[in-house]
Amino acid sequence: MTTTSIEVERHDAEAVNSAKIRQPLYAARKKIFPKRASGQFRRFKWLVMIVTLGIYYLTPWLRFDRGPHAPDQAVLVDLANRRFYFFFIEIWPQEFFIVAGLLVMAGLGLFLLTSTVGRAWCGYTCPQTVWVDLFLVIERAVEGDRNARMKLDAAPWGARKIALRTVKHAIWIAIAVATGGAWIFYFADAPTLLSDLVTGEAAPVAYMTVALLTATTYTFGGLMREQVCTYMCPWPRIQAAMLDENSLTVTYNDWRGEPRTRGAKKALAAGKVAGDCVDCNACVVVCPMGIDIRDGQQLECITCALCIDACDAVMDKLGRARGLISYATLADYNTNMAIATGGGAHAIDPSLVHKPGGGLADGIVPFHLSRIFQPRVFIYFAGWALIGVALVYALMVRDRLEVNVLHDRNPQFVVLSDGSIRNGYTVKLLNKIPEPREVTVSIDGLPGGAMSVVGIDRAEGAAVDVALDPDRLKTLKIYVRQPRELVDGRVQTFRFLVEDAENGENAAYTANFDAPE
Amino acid sequence: MSDKHIDEVSGVVTTGHEWDGIRELDNPMPRWWLWTFYATIAWALAYTIAYPAWPLISSATSGVLAWSSRGELRTELSAAEATRAEYAARVAELPVEEILADDTLRQFATSAGAAAFRVNCVQCHGSGAAGSPGYPNLNDDEWLWGGTAEDIRATIAHGVRFSGDDETRYSEMTAFADILDREEVATVAAYVKSLSEGGDPAGTGADIYADNCASCHGETGKGEPSLGAPDLTDAIWLYGSDVGEIAAQIRTPKHGVMPAWQARLGETTVKELAVYVHSLGGGQ
Repeated sequence: MTTTSIEVERHDAEAVNSAKIRQPLYAARKKIFPKRASGQFRRFKWLVMIVTLGIYYLTPWLRFDRGPHAPDQAVLVDLANRRFYFFFIEIWPQEFFIVAGLLVMAGLGLFLLTSTVGRAWCGYTCPQTVWVDLFLVIERAVEGDRNARMKLDAAPWGARKIALRTVKHAIWIAIAVATGGAWIFYFADAPTLLSDLVTGEAAPVAYMTVALLTATTYTFGGLMREQVCTYMCPWPRIQAAMLDENSLTVTYNDWRGEPRTRGAKKALAAGKVAGDCVDCNACVVVCPMGIDIRDGQQLECITCALCIDACDAVMDKLGRARGLISYATLADYNTNMAIATGGGAHAIDPSLVHKPGGGLADGIVPFHLSRIFQPRVFIYFAGWALIGVALVYALMVRDRLEVNVLHDRNPQFVVLSDGSIRNGYTVKLLNKIPEPREVTVSIDGLPGGAMSVVGIDRAEGAAVDVALDPDRLKTLKIYVRQPRELVDGRVQTFRFLVEDAENGENAAYTANFDAPE
Repeated sequence: MSDKHIDEVSGVVTTGHEWDGIRELDNPMPRWWLWTFYATIAWALAYTIAYPAWPLISSATSGVLAWSSRGELRTELSAAEATRAEYAARVAELPVEEILADDTLRQFATSAGAAAFRVNCVQCHGSGAAGSPGYPNLNDDEWLWGGTAEDIRATIAHGVRFSGDDETRYSEMTAFADILDREEVATVAAYVKSLSEGGDPAGTGADIYADNCASCHGETGKGEPSLGAPDLTDAIWLYGSDVGEIAAQIRTPKHGVMPAWQARLGETTVKELAVYVHSLGGGQ
């Protein structure tokens, strides 16, 4: 036996299920118990909440008199009759481009808002945020603030826990029903629909819509909360492309906060440096997303600014300058960070940004307002405003009396017994005001042309009076004939004229008159 | 390769996939996502039980809800039928002239008639009712058998020269090939042609016309609807306006036949057809 070592090749391999690379596939939701915050942003959010919820719940109940021939609901989407009413504006389906324009404006507005003040939509006005806020108000009122709720959650099920949870969920469901219920009032006369709903006479689709929206409101607002923002909403992903170094985000200013310490005096006495952050975690406990803003800007942050309120309260108590957590742009943050670290030469030294007696050194501010006014902000604004002006213009000049003409194509023309040529037209008259009116329909520009209207006036003439129903379309079958000797060419053009004699409003349509070769 | 790669910023393990330096974080999915996935599977299974789904050898399971697309169509058709019933009943009981006088009924009957026309009449009269040689144009104002709504209704109901109906419109023009020689036919054809052009009515053909044609077509050539004799003075020619075509029609006349529709379509549909044809522009 020889003892020569045998060369065995070592393979670079690893089991696919090796413990080293194994990850859990699914993670349960970690419960979040946001603490009540108070401060300027919280007050502003209460205001936004009252205004947005007020608009949502009350708008269908506003009345607006449009006379006897149209509904008196100020905002109404009348799907059955294909009309959309918004106070003094009434939109027909062919004017839906106005709604499309509004949607484009909403999109551009969101871009504009995001490029300047970051995710302000998410933090203040998104329905998900507003309703979660509302549901949290209920939760706090029933179960108490953070500590009480955590205690209750950890407690075994008993009479008190069951009672509190029942009350909470009952109120949540009541809010959810009211929310789902309010939605359908936009689509029908609200008072009538409410009584129909209560008496069980409303359409099944009304109950189904209410049930569906009740379920989503309760689930999203009460049970899923931050999961909706983090996992379901596409906007956190899109915003990554919308933000740049000049956009406002909620920022932990570690250039003045670090190194964080719970015993600042002791640390200073020991000759160490100490930042403004006392590591009290007030910013973490108020966060409805359950994150720590001190970890930096992150996908989960909806910039609700409650951590700013929480931190400012602590700073006030300690007699330090507010704004350890503040709205800031990345550019300003970098400038301040460079000052605090001597341009990256050493670790953060808070004394570089502080005055000796406390407070921030001169010229040090979390952000400069001028930063956010970048060219793209003006481009977004210009685009947004342009569409707005165009829509207003379109609304102002739009016709309330219109005529559309379809030329019969089969047959294109008919030779009559006296040799004259007749063409047929389907003429649609659109009376877009909620008032009945009389209009005169006539033709112009066809030598010797005479028209007759099926069902209205059997005698041929140049003009016919037509009564239009309020807010309705009227279809006429009109025949136009021209003596053979006056026919001038294979195709002649002439105009259908429609005029409201009372106010002179008129419309015209240029049509073709076909004749044989 | 096999070592787990941890993203520096987030501290999360990556999947090992990399595109131009961008790595994919391997965050766990939320648990509720899994439950939602299971719920969709449960929903899909329930759906296949409720609705027709599973293929069998010659058909498929019919589902416990007994839904079918045919059944849905049936429901929709009967709902449409129900909304039509009120108008259809009034069309059935009123004479055509009164249907024409009522705006709503007229529109209803016109639409219904247009639909029936497309199924039953377009084969001869064309989809635009413009006809073709031998098949009258229904858009114009010449009517062989009368152009009032009632005349039109009677023509549709009983047909023209239709052997299966006792009340059918009937007339037959003599074949003049046996009576007049070629020259006489040519002469009278030229005369008839001149009538429609407002030409010289005192030509040599006038005598032949007066002897042979005036009894049906009238002394002035204005025709006679009760006999189905066409107006010869107008610009409309069923078998062509050329003198040769007119001569051919004099020698060996062609006679169109139209079936009687009342027995097949019923009184109401025939009335609707009459209203529709009347509305095409030539109705009197």
